[in-house]
Amino acid sequence: MSEFLQQLINGLSLGAIYALLALGYTMVYGVLRFINFAHADVFMVGSFAGYYAARHAPAGTLWGGLAVLAAAMAACAVLGVLIERFAYRPLRHAPKLNVLIAAIGLSLLLEYGVQLLFGATPRNFPQVFPSARLQFGPLTVSSNQLVVIVVSLGLLGGLQWIVFRTRLGAAMRAVSLNPRAAQLVGINLNTVVAFTFALGSALAGAGGVLYAMNYPSIDPFMGVMPGLKAFVAAILGGIGSLPGAALGALILGGAETLVGGSAYSTYKDAIAFGLLIVIMLLRPAGLLGRLTVEKV
Amino acid sequence: MHLPALFTRLLAPLAALALLAGCGPKNPAPNATIKVGNYAAITGKDGTFGDSSTKATRLAVDEINAAGGVLGKQIELVVEDTQSKPGEAATVVKKLITRDQVVALIGEVTSSRSLEGAGVAQAFKIPMLSPSATNPAVTATGDYIFRACFIDPFQGKVLASFAHERLKARRAALLTSISSAYSTGLGDVFRAKFPASGGEIVSDQKFAEGDKDFKAQLTAIKAANPDVLFVPAYYTEAALIAKQARELGITAPLIGGDGWEAPELVQIAGSAIEGCYYSTHYSAESPDPKVQAFVKKYRDRYDGRTPDGMAALGYDAAYILAEAIRRAGSTEPAKIREALAATKSFDGITGRIDMDADRNASKPAAILTIKAGTFTYLETVAP
Repeated sequence: MSEFLQQLINGLSLGAIYALLALGYTMVYGVLRFINFAHADVFMVGSFAGYYAARHAPAGTLWGGLAVLAAAMAACAVLGVLIERFAYRPLRHAPKLNVLIAAIGLSLLLEYGVQLLFGATPRNFPQVFPSARLQFGPLTVSSNQLVVIVVSLGLLGGLQWIVFRTRLGAAMRAVSLNPRAAQLVGINLNTVVAFTFALGSALAGAGGVLYAMNYPSIDPFMGVMPGLKAFVAAILGGIGSLPGAALGALILGGAETLVGGSAYSTYKDAIAFGLLIVIMLLRPAGLLGRLTVEKV
Repeated sequence: MHLPALFTRLLAPLAALALLAGCGPKNPAPNATIKVGNYAAITGKDGTFGDSSTKATRLAVDEINAAGGVLGKQIELVVEDTQSKPGEAATVVKKLITRDQVVALIGEVTSSRSLEGAGVAQAFKIPMLSPSATNPAVTATGDYIFRACFIDPFQGKVLASFAHERLKARRAALLTSISSAYSTGLGDVFRAKFPASGGEIVSDQKFAEGDKDFKAQLTAIKAANPDVLFVPAYYTEAALIAKQARELGITAPLIGGDGWEAPELVQIAGSAIEGCYYSTHYSAESPDPKVQAFVKKYRDRYDGRTPDGMAALGYDAAYILAEAIRRAGSTEPAKIREALAATKSFDGITGRIDMDADRNASKPAAILTIKAGTFTYLETVAP
C-alpha cells in the first residue's frame, strides 16, 4: 500500500510537469486551431535559460529558486512571442498544414540552434531550490517533488485566474469561440494571440526549470520526449480544454509511474500510449473535450 | 524553351560541378599516408567516452608518427563524431570507408553503436577495432571486427562475485536499459551469475535510453529491500539513478560497469554516488611505470586531465592496430585483418592483451570506488 502511495506521489510530480507543458499545446490549439510542435523546444530553452540564470542567483535558496524560475519564464515568454510574430503570423491565413510544417521546422531549428550554441554534451543543472528529503511515515518526498507540485498548482491557479477573471482572458476565450466574431466586437486578434503564446511559453519555461531540477542533466534534445507526452496528455484530456490538459497530464504521469514500477517496466511507454488509444476509441473528443462541428 | 537550351542552362553547370567533384582532391597523392578512421561519440549523452578515447588515440598516433610511422609512412587519423545518436554510426562508417577510403577503423566506444558500425565495416571488409565495446555480439558480427577490451560475460561475472564476496550482498536488485546492448548484455550475465553463487535477485526493473525519471522503478526496488543495486548503465543515467535512489531513501550501494567511468558521474550525482563501486579497464593510480608514463603524457598534452579507462583503451587500440599493420607489412585490409587476429601478448596500458579465436581481448578488470568525489582504486581481478 505504501509503495502504491509512493508511486502516486512520483506520478503526481511527473504529471504536474507534463501539465505545465500540455497547457501550452492546448491554449495555442484553442486560439489558433493548430499544434505548436516547437513548444517542447521552448521547454528545453527554458531549462537552458534557468541554467544560465542560476549562475547569478544564490544556489539552494527559496528566493534564488523563484528568481531562476521567473527568469526562465520571462525568457520563454519573449521567445514564444517572437516565434509567433515571425514564424506563425505570416502564415495565419495559409492552410493549416503549412503552419504545422513551419512548427516542425522551428522545432528542429531550436534543437540544432541550441546544439550549435551550447554543444550537445549534457549539462549538469544546479540545485536552485533548497534540497531536503522529507519523511511522512513510510513515504519519502524530496523537496524537489514538493516544489514541482506547489509551483505547478500555483501556476495553474494563476492561469485559471487570467483566463476567467481578466479582460485579456475573456478576449482569449472569445477568440477561441469564434475569431471573426471576436474581431467584430473590437478584439485585437494579434494582441490576443501574442499573449496566448507568451502565457503558454512561460508555463513551458517553468516546466523546463522544474524538470531540469528533478532530472538534473539538460541537453538540446531533452524536450522531445516530455513534449510528446504532454501533447498526448493534451489530446487525452480533450484538446482546447484547460482542465482537460491538466487532468490528462496527471493521468499520463500516474499511468507511466505505476507501470514503470511494476514487473512490466519494459512496456512503460507502450502502455501509457496504449491507454491513450483506448480512451480515444471510447471518447474521441478526449476526457473533457467537446466534439464540435468544423465550420466551413 | 527548347530542350537543348534547357540542358545548357540547367544541366550543364551541374555536369561541370560533377566533373569538378570528380577531379577534386579525392586521392591527392595515393599511398602518401595510411588512412585510419576513428569514429566515436565525442558529443551528446556519451560524449566524454568518445572525447577521452579519441584524444588518447590521437596521442598514440602522434607518438607513432613521431617515431617514424608504420611501413615508412605516416598514419593519418580521420575522426568522425557519432553524436551519441542511433543511426549515426552506420552513416559515418560508410563515409569513412567510401569517401575517405580508410584501410582500418578504430571505434565505436559503446556497444550499440559499434554493432551498427560493425555491420557496415564487415560488408566492406575493412577491419574494425572497437576500443571499448564490451557486448559479445559486436565481434560476432563477422571476422573483420575486433575489440581491445574485455567482454561483458567476464565483467558481469567479476561484478556478481564482487557483490557476493566483498560486499556480502545476498539480495540484489537490477535496473537495466532495454535499449542499450551494453546494459542488457551485462544485466543478463549478472542475472545468471549472482543466483549461481547463492544470491537472490529480488527486483528486476527496466528503463529506456534517454529516460530521466527512474523514481517509479526505484520505488519498486526500495520495496524489495535489496543489499545492492546493480545498474549497468552509462554515466548520465547512472548518475540520475543514484541521485533519485538517495532521494527516495535507498541506502544500498550501487554497482555498475565501465560505462560509469566519466567525471560527469560525480558532477551530476554529487554525494549520491559516494561509496558505490564499478569495474573498469585500468586505474590511473596503478604503480606500473608504463601506466604512469601514459598518464603523464596525457596530462601534459590535455591540460592536466587524468586519462580514464576509455582513454587507456583508445591509446591501446591505436598501438594494437599500428603493430598489426607493421606485422602485415601491407595496408591491404585483408592482411591487416589477419595480423590483428594474430595479436599475442601485446603489452598495453590496460594489461596484457591476447586476441582470442572470437577476436576478443582477454585481459584483467579493475574495481574502483567513489570516495570523496574521486575514483579510487580498490582491486584488480584477473581473467
